Amino acid sequence: MDSAGVTLDNVSKRFGAVEALHDVSARILPGRLTGLVGPDGAGKTTLMRLMAGLLTPSAGEISVCGFDTVREQARIADLTGYMPQRFGLYEDLTVLENMRLYAALRELPEGEQADAFARLLAFTRLEPFTERLAGKLSGGMKQKLGLACALMAQPRVLLLDEPGVGVDPLSRQDLWRMVRELTREGMTVVWSTAYLDEAEQCEAVLLCNGGRLAFDGPPGELTARLAGRAFRLANPRGDRRALLTRLVQLPEVSDGVIQGSAIRVVVREGAALDGVCALAHAADSEAEPVAPCFEDAFVDMLGGGPGGVSLLAERMPTVTLDAGAAVRCERLTRRFGDFVAAENVDFAVTPGEIFGLLGPNGAGKSTTFKMLCGLLKPSAGMAQVAGIDLARAASDAKSRLGYMAQKFSLYGLLSVRQNLEFSAGVYGLSGAEKKARVAEMVETFDLGPFLDAAPAELALGYRQRLALSCALMHRPPVLFLDEPTSGVDPVTRREFWTHINGLVRKGVTVLVTTHFMDEAEYCDRIALMVRGRVIALDTPDALKARAASAQSPTPTMEEAFIALIRASEKAEAQP
Amino acid sequence: MNGVSARRLLAIVKKESLQIVRDPSTLIVAFVLPVALLFLFAFAVSLDVRRVPLGVVLECDSEAAQAMAASFAGSRYFRVTPARDRREVAAQVVAGRLRGYVVIPQDFDRRLRSSDAALVQVVTDGGQPMLANFVANYARAAATATLSERRDGAGAGGIVLQPRFWFNPELESRRALVPGAIAIVMTMIGVLLTALVVAREWERGTMEGLLSTPVTLIELLVGKLLPYFALGMLATAITATLAVTLFGVPMRGSALTLFVAAAVFMFPALSQGVLISVVARNQFTASQVAMISAFLPTFLLSGFLFEIAAMPAPLRFISYFVPARYFIAILQTVFLVGDVWSLILPQLAAIFALGALLFLAARSRLKKNLER
Repeated sequence: MDSAGVTLDNVSKRFGAVEALHDVSARILPGRLTGLVGPDGAGKTTLMRLMAGLLTPSAGEISVCGFDTVREQARIADLTGYMPQRFGLYEDLTVLENMRLYAALRELPEGEQADAFARLLAFTRLEPFTERLAGKLSGGMKQKLGLACALMAQPRVLLLDEPGVGVDPLSRQDLWRMVRELTREGMTVVWSTAYLDEAEQCEAVLLCNGGRLAFDGPPGELTARLAGRAFRLANPRGDRRALLTRLVQLPEVSDGVIQGSAIRVVVREGAALDGVCALAHAADSEAEPVAPCFEDAFVDMLGGGPGGVSLLAERMPTVTLDAGAAVRCERLTRRFGDFVAAENVDFAVTPGEIFGLLGPNGAGKSTTFKMLCGLLKPSAGMAQVAGIDLARAASDAKSRLGYMAQKFSLYGLLSVRQNLEFSAGVYGLSGAEKKARVAEMVETFDLGPFLDAAPAELALGYRQRLALSCALMHRPPVLFLDEPTSGVDPVTRREFWTHINGLVRKGVTVLVTTHFMDEAEYCDRIALMVRGRVIALDTPDALKARAASAQSPTPTMEEAFIALIRASEKAEAQP
Repeated sequence: MNGVSARRLLAIVKKESLQIVRDPSTLIVAFVLPVALLFLFAFAVSLDVRRVPLGVVLECDSEAAQAMAASFAGSRYFRVTPARDRREVAAQVVAGRLRGYVVIPQDFDRRLRSSDAALVQVVTDGGQPMLANFVANYARAAATATLSERRDGAGAGGIVLQPRFWFNPELESRRALVPGAIAIVMTMIGVLLTALVVAREWERGTMEGLLSTPVTLIELLVGKLLPYFALGMLATAITATLAVTLFGVPMRGSALTLFVAAAVFMFPALSQGVLISVVARNQFTASQVAMISAFLPTFLLSGFLFEIAAMPAPLRFISYFVPARYFIAILQTVFLVGDVWSLILPQLAAIFALGALLFLAARSRLKKNLER
């Protein structure tokens, strides 16, 4: 009897005309770590709230530990610990005050409170911060406090909605450690995430896409379907982005991505490898078989990647920059009061390069980015874009750069046409030139049928095209992307990077901020930022090589990231 | 269902109190705003005529005319600019330096003797319609006084009308306005602050965390409202103390009556605040709705500034649903008359009924989940 698990029977949930979940049936087994995986908008949060009894299904039934979430809602509250996606605690209360509140609300017997608090504080390593206001905690510590409060009075089912978002890799590792410990003690844990690489850490996975359950089972079962179909081409000679384009145009290749200096491809079932091998040999490389990953399997399930040619890039004229560096900053510093958000940041980005700023939330990525875009004045130091000093001619410099805000954000109250016209106008295009440029973007991206629609009504893929056209309207030689594809489904993400790769081949320089390891792999070089400073700057492969050790000879980007942060902390501790 | 747990209730009360103490904006609304409002109503907003700049044109030199002019000059209602020719002051009225002028005509003595002719000519700025009446009445009263003095001197008797104003003998509007300010302050705390703090829980996502615990809606509601109830009562105490000590408003009833009435008035105010925040769920909308549905009616339709009887029928009808209408009646009774329970009780009943209505509306909209 799986009375401590969750059973979903034909669950659907509508919000007005939108169906957020469609006919989902699954069993979440007790005492296990189950990943609820899928891109943004897949229905993960809706499903979490349904299981926590905070929403009522439009059809179907859910039972948690054998209790119906609608009819026996009060029991659900007793038996489950729920951690919402947004920090659900009080920022103006201290760590201890928040814990006391939740202890009382969950009716933890007062005699047990001291023991329970000691245990939870040790478990989450929050003892030194009990008197700190929750609002002053880092992202990782907030999530740990959220976890501590959700664990109050020992729930049997723990529901964690995207606990890894906004958390640095070190804290994320910590959270995984804690959750594993809990399942060992018999707790049922559901961990929702948009990071597909996290799926592989779970014992079971519910993969959601577009409100439907795409897969239910152990992650290995899904990746096993791709056994023998994933290959890696290490260090190809010449332009690896051009090679990728040619590879994904082969009929037998279903998917391909850049991975540092290598290329990773997945071939279709039963396809011959001749074409891939030929291209690999021509570039002095080898198609070596590698283990398929969860993301490969997800893309394959969705019918493969989007193909390789970017119409946008083809139409874009080749950009040449006379300046030695497309973007350069020297000793760039920004202080907010006595807090140093960015300290002596130094780097130079060569034209035609994809340069990544990688780091946890609060590391100073956005601050640096804003100074480079001319949105924030530096406290000290120098910043140049396309050879123009931002301190002297900020508006000149701004006209040479394009900026795309997080997650393809657009003006929701303007139609697609108005968004295009606004961005053309704001970059100083007018008259016939403006008309021609807008028409060109509409044609390139097939936006014609949607001109009068609101951006929000567009499918994600189209919204991404629109955001990109708005940022590129004035054909800037330098493009700034702020976490462009975190939480986006892998097919849309591949399409996006196809455009970016195409643009780079035309000489456009691209700067990306991200805390998303997949995005980091697309970069030529990465500056790793922690607490306002650049602690490492190199190619993704070199960074990984620096972190390699006897125990893990081929670390992932995330493992490399953690190792480099640890090393810098150690160096800092020694005077 | 879980029963009401005192421990959970206390935990919510404690949490809410800590947040009040740590949030300067809450304390500003609760304590600085009442004091500011009180000063505003006591000094800036005055419905009284006082030190109005007025020209007095004396065209006649008789003793009676002189006495008339002197009675204007000696009055605290006017600041008089004397003149011999109306042209001297007419220009100043146009320029806005004077609000009007009075002409004491050459045949003033004759007019004084006849009973049907107008005594003086009053010319006032049309933007001040009340003033013309006031000046004309004042002139007539002054003339009557002058006349009766003379007749007294002559040994003649006449019928003299002596108005006496009860409860507010000096007819100072401050005395009627300051109690009204208490109603405004309590509406701000009860409705606006409550609407904001509940909406803030939705906005910041903390409501989701609360709702996932075994806390019941009643615990949540009562626990959240108790501290604001206390805050409202504290603000009432401060405002009432200031009104009596600083602004000389009499307190003819008892403090106990005042607090009972204030406590009952908090019921509809808090319920309305919760209702707004349940529907609005974000602070901006909540504050707008609170302003329009609570603050403005309290200000305009409660009989505090404007006489309800003088309003058109639809507005009069709406005013029956403004709890402040009844509360202000009670406040004015307590401050200016005394504990007249026969007047206070029906008003209290009306406030309570409106409170029950709003509470039920809020309760029915509030669900222990995130569904709309």
